[in-house]
Amino acid sequence: MAVGEDVDTIVAVATPPGIGGIAVVRLSGPEAFSVVSQVVQGRRGPLVRRRRGWEVHLGRAVDGQGQVIDEVIVTWMPAPFSYTREDVAEISCHGGMAAVQRVLSECLRRGARLAEPGEFTRRAFVNGRIDLAQAEAVLSVVEARSDAGLRMAVQQMDGALSRAVKAMRRDLLGVVSEIEATVDFPDEDIPVRPVEQVQAVVADARQQVEALLATAPAGRAFHEGVTTAIVGRPNAGKSSLLNALVQQERAIVTEVPGTTRDVVEEWANLDGVPVRLWDTAGIRRPADRLEQAGVERARAALQAADLLLLVVDGSQPLSQEDWQIRDMVAAHAAILVLNKADLGQVLTGEELQRFWGDKPRVRVSAKTGLGMDNLRRAVVEQSVGPAQGRLGAVVVINARHEHLLRRAAEALAAAEKTLADGMPMDLASGDLRLAVSALGEIVGESVGEELLDEIFGRFCIGK
Amino acid sequence: MRFSGGSASASEYDVIVVGLGHAGCEAALAAARLGRRTLGLTINMENIAHMPCNPSIGGPAKANLVREVDALGGEMGRNADATYVQIRMLNTQKGPAVRALRAQSDKRRYHARMKTVLENTPNLDIQQGIVTGLVLQGQRVCGVRMWTGEEIRGRAVVLTTGTYLRSLVHVGSTQVVSGPQAQITSGQLSEELKAMGLSLQRFKTGTPPRVAKDSLDFSKMAIQPGENVHTGFSFFSARRVPADRQLPCWLTYTNERVHELIAENFDRAPVYSGDIQGVGPRYCPSIEVKVHDFPDKPAHQLFVEPEGWESGEMYLAGLSTSLPADVQRRMVAMIRGLEHAFITRLGYAIEYDALDPLQLWPSLAVKGWEGLFAAGQINGTSGYEEAAAQGLLAGINAARYVQGLAPVILGRDRAYIGVLIDDLVTRGTREPYRMLTSRAEYRLLLRQDNADVRLWDVAREVGLLPPERLRMVEAKLEGERALRRALARGRLGNTPFVARWLAERGSAPVRDGMSLEELLRRPEIRIDEVLALAAAEQLMDQDWREPLRRGCRRWEPLAAQQVLENVEQEVKYAGYIARQQAAVERFRRLEDRRIPEGLDYAAIPGLSNEGREKLQRVRPVSVGQAARISGVSPADVSIVLLHLDRMSRARGRGEGTGEGEGRG
Ligand SMILES: Nc1nc2c(ncn2[C@@H]2O[C@H](COP(=O)(O)OP(=O)(O)OP(=O)(O)O)[C@@H](O)[C@H]2O)c(=O)[nH]1
Ligand SMILES: [Mg+2]
Repeated sequence: MAVGEDVDTIVAVATPPGIGGIAVVRLSGPEAFSVVSQVVQGRRGPLVRRRRGWEVHLGRAVDGQGQVIDEVIVTWMPAPFSYTREDVAEISCHGGMAAVQRVLSECLRRGARLAEPGEFTRRAFVNGRIDLAQAEAVLSVVEARSDAGLRMAVQQMDGALSRAVKAMRRDLLGVVSEIEATVDFPDEDIPVRPVEQVQAVVADARQQVEALLATAPAGRAFHEGVTTAIVGRPNAGKSSLLNALVQQERAIVTEVPGTTRDVVEEWANLDGVPVRLWDTAGIRRPADRLEQAGVERARAALQAADLLLLVVDGSQPLSQEDWQIRDMVAAHAAILVLNKADLGQVLTGEELQRFWGDKPRVRVSAKTGLGMDNLRRAVVEQSVGPAQGRLGAVVVINARHEHLLRRAAEALAAAEKTLADGMPMDLASGDLRLAVSALGEIVGESVGEELLDEIFGRFCIGK
Repeated sequence: MRFSGGSASASEYDVIVVGLGHAGCEAALAAARLGRRTLGLTINMENIAHMPCNPSIGGPAKANLVREVDALGGEMGRNADATYVQIRMLNTQKGPAVRALRAQSDKRRYHARMKTVLENTPNLDIQQGIVTGLVLQGQRVCGVRMWTGEEIRGRAVVLTTGTYLRSLVHVGSTQVVSGPQAQITSGQLSEELKAMGLSLQRFKTGTPPRVAKDSLDFSKMAIQPGENVHTGFSFFSARRVPADRQLPCWLTYTNERVHELIAENFDRAPVYSGDIQGVGPRYCPSIEVKVHDFPDKPAHQLFVEPEGWESGEMYLAGLSTSLPADVQRRMVAMIRGLEHAFITRLGYAIEYDALDPLQLWPSLAVKGWEGLFAAGQINGTSGYEEAAAQGLLAGINAARYVQGLAPVILGRDRAYIGVLIDDLVTRGTREPYRMLTSRAEYRLLLRQDNADVRLWDVAREVGLLPPERLRMVEAKLEGERALRRALARGRLGNTPFVARWLAERGSAPVRDGMSLEELLRRPEIRIDEVLALAAAEQLMDQDWREPLRRGCRRWEPLAAQQVLENVEQEVKYAGYIARQQAAVERFRRLEDRRIPEGLDYAAIPGLSNEGREKLQRVRPVSVGQAARISGVSPADVSIVLLHLDRMSRARGRGEGTGEGEGRG
């Protein structure tokens, strides 16, 4: 079968939403060029391909009615000189998300199919452009939404995780080989280490696996972003805070309480962590149906977010609403933001202690930018842990690896229980082997013969 | 028993089995019992089912093989039960998966009984003679050629030639072209197989010296008596020899003087002098290899084992060697208890040709040749049990091939036999392959005690078990279900009697209404105790033995005992068993993804070079099997999966790929 045969043409937005000024719509497949030439018009008439290699064209994307959507740049990358080894075309737009969405729908209307997540990389893999490990790492890089995410993906390629996993696996294999040797060669005088020592090795491995797993949420935060909802009573300065964090006038700010009615979303890059910010309507007893809908959305956002910023106007005494909202966020990860620090502050330390206890709080002025660095740091710390020791360490960002580590952790816990219950060691051996093989899957090694090599290498066996 | 009165060679057999060792006997019996006209050929009639090496059967993983052979209708279990001189249950302090029967056999009786069975089996002829070649017609094998030039026609041929292919015996620098224990060897067949394009590898194995029993000083050795074991290898045999009437084994040790002597003579050992090219098994190293590889070990243990009730010879297990005769004699005389030992047979190493088993389908048919099967040591294994297991399957599948039926293939999740054959045909082997429990991923499911109920459906499909025995297994299945139900339903009351009963056993008090099953989960409580308690307190509403009385008749007590044993394991280890079952579900997902036979890996883009080459060679029948091939990476497997997806999508659109399905 020739490469690319019986394959359709896929399209997707290739840049993650919310970051960077230019968005790219990418197509791959036999119809890529023909679809693009219907959607984009060149400066002097229709687009044509002139050469067999890569080409770049300026043009205008137009919709079905001939209406101009955006000024775009088209890049041709014919097979097999492309990422997928198929014909690939990219349309770079700069008119924001709305324009990108319209260009995408035009491509779909002209016969391209919306790509599944990771389908470009999968095609690259199927067509022999990259191997599985590369595919996984590349998928991580492509999907990583920020610099730090990228750094971790690269680290993974460098094998930091592999090294950690391999060392653990070796220790466990040593224990398993001992148990198996005594089982399969009961007549031999094989030295067995006491069960306490086996327990120690297993417990140690489980703790290491769990430590790796504990990095997974941070990895996910870097990788997928942290959804952070800004909540508080009307006029506390929530919208002002959003604008200060994204450093642009994204949300409407007025002195009228109840200005924000819907959830306003914007991405921010805080110290390399991608943060999806939601500005919400001020929560109070609503004045009308419209406000009521806004408050309901605010409550929903509060429930759905990974992290909450509870905004309180520090120049005012705490109101009943502040207390009510505090109760709503009590069960969530949250930071108290005391806003309007540029005005006279009326809340005493005792009051604050009663209101918020020892949970994290920051004093800022959304207006002057005072304290905003502290707020950024606090958000990062809450979502991925303290900066110290974070960079350069092994972080699990791949869902498959997380899954395998979880399997290993479960198997190790089961083995620990078996040993603690005083069951025969060979029953624990099954779980230990499961752990070894789950770890092996991460680094691409299978148990089988290796176990026998270990047994025969270490013990003098045989009649 | 001859299938026809006339001259056999004039007509055509359905199945011809070449070699009547442990593989050949099972193959010949299976084919004949399935109604195929069968011929078994052996170089020497007095060597049928011969044990050229250690006089024992069973042990971890091997006992499971024997039980499975028995469950499917093979002979090894019953033959072993009828002829052992000692029997023990190993690993009793360990988990249920690894407990294993092992017997010391009477070599002569083992052979004699098996020969009698063969002679009395309808449809089966056995005959002495050397096979020098195969009769070929295109890519089809249709008979064998004898050394006399005679041709015997057969529709299927099963090669079970053991170590007899181009075998070479070494004692020191002395080399003799010979089979084991000075038997005639067959060199020509080896050449013929090569000429057919089959690739052979050279393996080596060895055996220790035998000594005269009356020259040993047993007072200087530790006795290893037999045990009262209430089960046999066969689910269907009742012979039990009480411990005090069994023959003991004896334990002694080598010492540093022995090791020094050996070290001084390394240059005269064929394994180190370069005389031996073949690869030996790591689990059965010769004494010179042990001394060489583990110089810090001050002593190696030796088991002195009887070779039979009447035999005057003893086997020195642990002293396998091919050192020169003079070294062997001096070395033996340095060992405690063997100071005056008279060596009746010298130890030797033997090199032989074996097929690279990657050339076999999982049915044990040889790829590229119609009607040719291979089983046993010729496939690169070692061990009587491994041979018998393959022989049984090859015999069954040869018979089915003749009948035009699909082959019987056991999965790794069903039987040790499945693990064994899958390992051979998927991963191949670089040394003589021995079965080990650690090779089985799901060993808690593949216990020796449940082999018959576990394989009941296969046994029924195969049709080797006599109907009466099949019914017995079916009744056991019903009995197990009934017992499980009764244990789950029976509830303990917190009566003074129960409280006292528990206290006597050092078991914690129970809360009212605890089930018998829960009680049985307690490590200190045995199933017979639970049943006794249940009977005393009338806690079981149903007679679980009912199905057994109906289905097993005179075997009822035996079957009941087996049911108890199996149910006890299943209840006590229920959590572990459930987890392995879940693992099997995962395993089956890839196993059930069949790969069409003619799949052209050269046309699949993106495969690694090594992966492509291995896939092309092994031609796996399922994605699961493909994933187990060494050199095939997870990436290769993903690509194969994606390719199969694409093919089936293309086929769904009516663009069939024309690639064939199924395989014989
Ligand atoms: N002095 C001062 N005024 C601020 C600060 N932050 C916000 N304000 C003012 O407070 C008023 C309300 O600000 P918003 O950001 O709209 O408040 P909000 O919480 O979004 O209000 P709603 O959307 O109505 O719930 C505006 O007049 C802002 O200019 C601050 O840090 N200092
Ligand atoms: Mg607002």
